[in-house]
Amino acid sequence: MRPTNAPSQADDRPAAAAGPGPVLRVRNLSVCFRTDRGVVTAVEDASFDVRASETLGIVGESGCGKTVTSKAIMRLLPERTSFLKPGSSIALAGRSGGPDLDLARAPESVLRGVRGARIAMVFQEPMTSLNPVFTVGWQIEEALKYHTTLDARARRARVVEMLRLVEIPNPERRAGEYPHQLSGGMRQRVMIAIALCCEPEVLIADEPTTALDVTIQAQILALMDNLRRRLSTAIVLITHNLGVVAQVCDRVMVMYAGRVVETGSVGDIFHRPHHPYTAALLHSIPKAGARRHAQRLPVIPGIVPSLTDLPPGCRFSDRCASRRDACGAGEPDLTDAPTPSDSPGVARAVRCFFPIHHAAPPAAGNAHTSPPRADP
Amino acid sequence: MKAPLLQVTELVKHFPVRGGVLNSVRGHVHAVNGVSFDVAQGQTLGVVGESGCGKSTLGKLIMRLIEPTTGSIRLDGAEITGLDHRALLPLRRRVQMIFQDPYSSLNPRLTVRQTIRQAVRLHRVVPRDQEDAYALGLLEKVGLRPDAADKYPHEFSGGQRQRIGIARALSVRPDLIIADEPVSALDVSIQAQVLNLLMDLKRDLGLTMIFISHDLKVVEHFCDRVLVMYLGRVVEARPCQELLAAAAHPYTKALLGANPIDDPDQRRPLTVLQGDVPSPYHLPTGCAFAGRCPIVQDHCKQAPPPLEVKADGRPVACYRVV
Repeated sequence: MRPTNAPSQADDRPAAAAGPGPVLRVRNLSVCFRTDRGVVTAVEDASFDVRASETLGIVGESGCGKTVTSKAIMRLLPERTSFLKPGSSIALAGRSGGPDLDLARAPESVLRGVRGARIAMVFQEPMTSLNPVFTVGWQIEEALKYHTTLDARARRARVVEMLRLVEIPNPERRAGEYPHQLSGGMRQRVMIAIALCCEPEVLIADEPTTALDVTIQAQILALMDNLRRRLSTAIVLITHNLGVVAQVCDRVMVMYAGRVVETGSVGDIFHRPHHPYTAALLHSIPKAGARRHAQRLPVIPGIVPSLTDLPPGCRFSDRCASRRDACGAGEPDLTDAPTPSDSPGVARAVRCFFPIHHAAPPAAGNAHTSPPRADP
Repeated sequence: MKAPLLQVTELVKHFPVRGGVLNSVRGHVHAVNGVSFDVAQGQTLGVVGESGCGKSTLGKLIMRLIEPTTGSIRLDGAEITGLDHRALLPLRRRVQMIFQDPYSSLNPRLTVRQTIRQAVRLHRVVPRDQEDAYALGLLEKVGLRPDAADKYPHEFSGGQRQRIGIARALSVRPDLIIADEPVSALDVSIQAQVLNLLMDLKRDLGLTMIFISHDLKVVEHFCDRVLVMYLGRVVEARPCQELLAAAAHPYTKALLGANPIDDPDQRRPLTVLQGDVPSPYHLPTGCAFAGRCPIVQDHCKQAPPPLEVKADGRPVACYRVV
C-alpha cells in the first residue's frame, strides 16, 4: 500500500481517512475543440481524484464528455483540433514518493513513456482497437518491448502469462493467432492483457463491455475486479450502464453536457441523488424484479443539448422537471451537497440551485452501501 | 379458442458456407434449429438471447426476408413459407419491422413524408388525396411535430429517427410488428421515451408484437411472454412475470444472474459462465449449452434435449429440469 499523501491543494476535498492518496488527481480540466462553428468546450472544469484499488465510475449519456475526459487524461486527443484550457491539470502521483507528473503539461516524449506503462486504456470496440495484421501475442509484446527491459524470451513468457491471467484458454496457441480468430469477449480480454501487462497504476476503461453480451460482460467485469484487487490498479470506468456502475464502482461522477453535475459514493448516487438529472436517469431504466408491466416509464423529456447550442443557465434546465426561474439565469456551481456522503472522505457535490433533499444517510459514516468486496 | 395470429412450427434455417476452388458447400451455419411457438392476437412476445443465438434470423424469417430451410410459418392460419414474390406483397403489409439501427434503416435521400407515403401508396392504404393528412396524423401519433414531414433523416436525433421508423411500420396498418432491438442503440433517457411510445401504441392500436432484445430488463418490462434462445433453439418459454422467480433452464438463470442489478445494496458476484457460445458452424452433438452449463451431466452431451413441458407447466429444454 502507498503511504497516505496529505492533500496538497487547499481546494482538495478530504481524502479517504485511512486510504492511500489519489494516484490520479484531475483539476479544472477543460477540453476545447476548434470547429467550423468556433471553439466548443466539450468538458468544462472537471476535477476528480482516483485512488489505488478504487473504481471511479463516470456516468452520462452520449455527448456528456465522458470519453473526451478519458482521452484527455491519456492526452490522446488530436492536437490540431483540440486543446486543454490553461489551468487544467492532470497530476499522476510520483512513484515511491517522487514528485507528481502533470500530464497536461508533459511533452509528448514523456507521455509516450507514461501511456501503456503507468496509465492504460481499454476501449469500447475490441474489434477496431486491435491491429488486424499482427498476432495478439505481438501486440501484447509491443508494449513490453517499449516499456520494459525484458529480453525476447522473458517477453514471450510474460505474454503467455498475461493471456492466462485474463483467462484465455490455450494461451500459448492463442498468442500466435490474429484478432479475427478470437471472439468479441476474447478480444476484449486481449485488450485488457495489453493494458495491464506493464502493471499500470491507472486503468481507464471506456465502455469496456458495451459491445459485449451480458454473460461476457459479467466475465470481463469479474476479471477487471480481480485484477484491480491483485495489482491495486485504480480504475476509471466510463459507462452509461447504471447496473454495471451499481455493481462494481466505489464512487461515481455523473456528467451532463460537458459538466460534472454530481459526485458521491455509489450508495449516495443511487439512494440519495441530489441532482434532478441523476434522479431522472435512475428512474428511466426499467427495474428488474419490480415488474411494472404496462406502466409507462418516467422519462426525461427532450434530448441532450448540442454543445454549440446550450440552454442559458443550467445546462439541464430545459429538460428538468423541477426547473424554476433562477435556473435559466445563471449556471450553478458544483457545491457541497446538502447531505454528506455515507462513506467517510468521499466528496459529495452537486451542481444544482435546488438539489433534491433527502434525510441524512441512515448510517452516516458506516459506509454500508459500499461494502468491502468479498475476497475470492 | 381463437387460432393464434402467428404459428411457427419447427422452423429451421441453415445458411450454406461455401469455399474452395469449386465454391462448393463446405458446411452450414445452423442459425435456427427447429423453433416452434404461437403468438396470440394482441400479445407481445419477447425473444431474448445473446448475439448469434438466431433471434434476428428468426425475425427475418417471419418477415419472409429470407426463405426458411424447413418448417412452417402460418399467419392467421395461412401458410406463408414458399409464397412467391407477387403473393408476398399483401404479406408485407400485414407484417412490418422496426429495426435496431435508426441511422441506416431510413433512406437518407427521402424526406419523412416521402418515406411514409411510399409504403402507403404501394399498399393503397388510403386514397391518394388523403395521403398527406394520413402521414401527418402518423407523425403526431409517434410524437413528432408536423414540420418534421419535410426534413431528411440526418436532421433528426437517434430517438426521433426511431420514431420515424415506428411511424413507417405503422403506416400500412400491420397486424404484426417485429421489433428487432428497437431501443438498444439509444441513450437511456431516450430508450424510456421510445419504450413508452411503443407501449402506448400497443395499447391504443391493439398491436401484436414480437420484441427481439438482449436486454432482459426491457423485455420483462415490455412483453407478456418471453422465449429464451440459445444457439438457434428455444431453451425456455414462460410469461414474463415468472421469469425472475421461476426461470428453470440453467442458461436463463445465468442470463439473469449476469445482468447487473442497478442497486449498490444488492451487490452480488455476477454469474460468470465459462467459455464462449459454441460456433453455429460446428454444432455440438448434445445440448448446445452443455459446454458452459454449471449442472451438466454426461448424458447432456449425447443428444439435444427436447423442449418439453415440465412440472410447472412451462416448456424447458433441459434434461436436468423435471
